[in-house]
Amino acid sequence: MNLYDSLTAELTDTVWLDTALETVARQPAAVGRLFPAAGRRCGRWALAGLPGWTVDDAARVLLLTRLPVEALATELEPLYRYGDAAEKRAVLRALPLLPASEAFEPILLDALRTNDTRLVAAALGPAAASLPDAAWRQGVLKAVFMGLPLAAVADLDERADAELATMLGGLVEERHAAGRAVAEDATALLHRLQERVS
Amino acid sequence: MRIFDPHIHMTSRTTDDYERMAAAGVRALVEPAFWLGQPRTSVGSFTDYFDSLVGWEPFRASQFGIRHHCTIALNPKEANDPRCREVLQVLPRYLEKDGVVAVGEIGYDSMTPEEDEVFAAQLALAVEHDLPAMVHTPHRDKARGTDRTIAVVRESGIDPGRVVVDHLNEVTVARVAESGCWMGFSIYPDTKMTPSRMVAILQEHGLDRVLVNSAADWGRSDPLLTLRTGEAMLAAGFTDDDVDRVLWRNPVEFYGQSKRLDVSDLLDVDATFEGNSILRGGS
Repeated sequence: MNLYDSLTAELTDTVWLDTALETVARQPAAVGRLFPAAGRRCGRWALAGLPGWTVDDAARVLLLTRLPVEALATELEPLYRYGDAAEKRAVLRALPLLPASEAFEPILLDALRTNDTRLVAAALGPAAASLPDAAWRQGVLKAVFMGLPLAAVADLDERADAELATMLGGLVEERHAAGRAVAEDATALLHRLQERVS
Repeated sequence: MRIFDPHIHMTSRTTDDYERMAAAGVRALVEPAFWLGQPRTSVGSFTDYFDSLVGWEPFRASQFGIRHHCTIALNPKEANDPRCREVLQVLPRYLEKDGVVAVGEIGYDSMTPEEDEVFAAQLALAVEHDLPAMVHTPHRDKARGTDRTIAVVRESGIDPGRVVVDHLNEVTVARVAESGCWMGFSIYPDTKMTPSRMVAILQEHGLDRVLVNSAADWGRSDPLLTLRTGEAMLAAGFTDDDVDRVLWRNPVEFYGQSKRLDVSDLLDVDATFEGNSILRGGS
């Protein structure tokens, strides 16, 4: 099932959404007002059929996918720049569904600099494919620091390398020296990486 | 006691304050955009501040189970600085955000022609974006400033029931009551208004259209003075229901006019606390 079907299957009224999707395709500048309104017009609950997604996430991502490609170049950055936390998260979730662009990397780096777990998690999802390795490793380590479940990290084992193992090993050592706990998923990742080497 | 603080500047408060507020019963708040103590010199420092009001602060509040909303505006003091005037151009973007429940703080500081213009322009923005307005009254020349505020509100065409005029005292309350606007009171340790003086005002004017806030910021202030006012009300013979009306239902009613206030699940939690499961569908 595609994103539109997954979303509308759980909406009782799709008039606002359908009108908004048609509008942004014809008049891309309208997205500036429709994008923030998606939460209060469609809802914010967690979608039962799409684990990890909320109604407003899905509605906003759909709006971005309906923007003409040339409009994306001008609209995407300001939508993220002036977005509230929910809007920023939706931009991050939309990136893997949009034509690749040089604009993605600065957006992802901004999200990783925040201290908002929702944004850091979204930046380490499928969108993280646009991140350079050094920033991605720091992102994964930050996720461990913040107590984020590593299940949020896309392609974790495929992308994890010896450098990440060294960094994670250092963190685990510091935590042990301080008598502090380390999340199980982080120690499990470290063990998997160490086994690869041996 | 469930508390909705309708005016508090959390940007200036510590995380310890959030913890104390949550323990005292504060479950929702509105943070109006205002002056930060240090004058700003560019639009960029306003947009970063607004971003924090719709991004970082709500996240910080949520760590303590507190629902955070805000109001956005160019404040009267900085409306006088030509370098900040361009802030008016970026307001429409922010006035569309889910967490923004009013245009504010607007109004007067020194009652200059610049303040007149910016006040009127932002009341028009409130009408255009279908939002209530949150109006600050000046600390100097307050009585005449309040009269002028009411006159500008009347001229703007906004429904006075969608406007709160804040920082009132014994001298200014009656004229705002007559205007049809909501009456805001900022309870401070020893300046604007105190819990005992607030109780006397409630005894005289009743509970209609009254909002009680701590307006806690970077100055000498106390985020728990809402709770202290509730306690003073009970000590003076007001009922639990009266306190709930002033400290919870009134701010929900006022800011609910934005249609963006989101306290539904908080109400739900309260219903189970009181042993009443009706809001949970009878389950």
